[in-house]
Amino acid sequence: MYWAAACGGCEISTLNIGDKILVVDEVFDLAFFPCIADFKVKDVESYPDGYIDVCLFNGAIRNSENEEMAHLLRQKSKVLVAYGSCAYEGCIPALSNLTTKDETLRTVYLENASLDNPEGILPQVSTKVPEGELTLPEFYHTVKSLDQVVPVDYYLPGCPPEPEQIWAVLQVVVNALLHGSPLPPSGSIVGAGQVAVCEECPREKNEKSISQFYRPYEIIPQPDLCLLEQGIVCMGPATRSGCGALCPQVGMGCRGCYGPLDGVEDQGAKMLSAIASVVGVGAAGMEEHELNEKISSVMDTLADPAGTFYRFSMAHSLLKRVRENGSNGGKE
Amino acid sequence: MSEQFEPVIVGFLCNWCSYRAADLAGTARIKYAPNMRPIRVMCSGRVDPQFVLKALREGADGVMIAGCHPGECHYVEGNIKALRRFFLLKNLLKQWGVEDERVQLVWASASEGNVLAQAVDRMTQQIRALGPLRWKESVWSENGHGPAEIIEKAPVAEEV
Repeated sequence: MYWAAACGGCEISTLNIGDKILVVDEVFDLAFFPCIADFKVKDVESYPDGYIDVCLFNGAIRNSENEEMAHLLRQKSKVLVAYGSCAYEGCIPALSNLTTKDETLRTVYLENASLDNPEGILPQVSTKVPEGELTLPEFYHTVKSLDQVVPVDYYLPGCPPEPEQIWAVLQVVVNALLHGSPLPPSGSIVGAGQVAVCEECPREKNEKSISQFYRPYEIIPQPDLCLLEQGIVCMGPATRSGCGALCPQVGMGCRGCYGPLDGVEDQGAKMLSAIASVVGVGAAGMEEHELNEKISSVMDTLADPAGTFYRFSMAHSLLKRVRENGSNGGKE
Repeated sequence: MSEQFEPVIVGFLCNWCSYRAADLAGTARIKYAPNMRPIRVMCSGRVDPQFVLKALREGADGVMIAGCHPGECHYVEGNIKALRRFFLLKNLLKQWGVEDERVQLVWASASEGNVLAQAVDRMTQQIRALGPLRWKESVWSENGHGPAEIIEKAPVAEEV
């Protein structure tokens, strides 16, 4: 299990399977798990190719080190799983594809209020010091998903994946290893459902016709009614099930972390369609300018559409990153 | 002498009005810019935002969506749905760094060949002024900072 550009929640999520972790321990030997045990990259390099049975790779590809590790672990692993949303489709790290490398570094190292960097030092790939040369991994312009740098066998979506789903997937792997039962076809999305989150959501759903969008802190939602109906952006209609609709059940619109459904290339575009369909203003009889004004004023109440619709799927989106040389590009 | 930049505009024209407007423009021998590549769809409401994004990504410099005037939709409200999507899509594209002029929504009824022709002319000029988009070459190659980096999926894994 390796941790690339991610928050670390995925590493911890494996422990969410509770006492089943003991079963995992019985069947598997840890080959590499820097988060909880002392392993070095050298250890991995010393393994023969294909030595690791299953590699759960979490995190996006943000820098050259992430990419190197992806290639190394691919070479050493029989089965490579893109574990969690970052490895699967970019997730939160890939939101920085909406800005540029320079902007990201400026914010992180020069402009944040809590910084103490009077000399304005930015990380460099190599630095000469009296003792010799120090090197750091190269920070990429574009955050990529794991499958954009190496071939991936399975995808396990979620931010982080749910314990029952992790366990279900591990059981399949364990059965395959111990009893030779078949694995799902390569390239499958495992540990997730085939329908939209709405199907799992117990909230009451009616005909939707909304005239304003609210951010979650702006209103207190009614407890049993569909959140989208109340004007809270909920990615449920465009998101794969598998989580049990946890977020909508506690009053927070679905964030979309399980990714798009089968056959959808761009989750954000699909969500845009769904959102536009529930807006109830504007009717065929209106004057054109009135129509335009009414509809655009509703759409303007939806803050940050790109960040909302592509919160987890930026790396897998159709456009993938911002165009900074456009006349209004790169400036949010 | 440098050659004039000829933008590629993908046009999604609705079957009932705008495609017929284009037909009419042709039979009436109206002269207009040849830059729009028409694709017939049954309704402007059929235009999935994915179509627009994909066109831009695959090399179009602009996308035109054309449909019946509000109130005249063959499917009653398909064009209103298109309009709702369009405003949200415009907000979204702004964040991606795509200028407003590159994606336009036009209403042209079956009798308005001239309206469609003028819209294509106008849009062609606007995009010519903006310059080429060339998404894969210019945006994916790190915006001109580095070597072309193709962010496609890595080749499919071998059977395990």
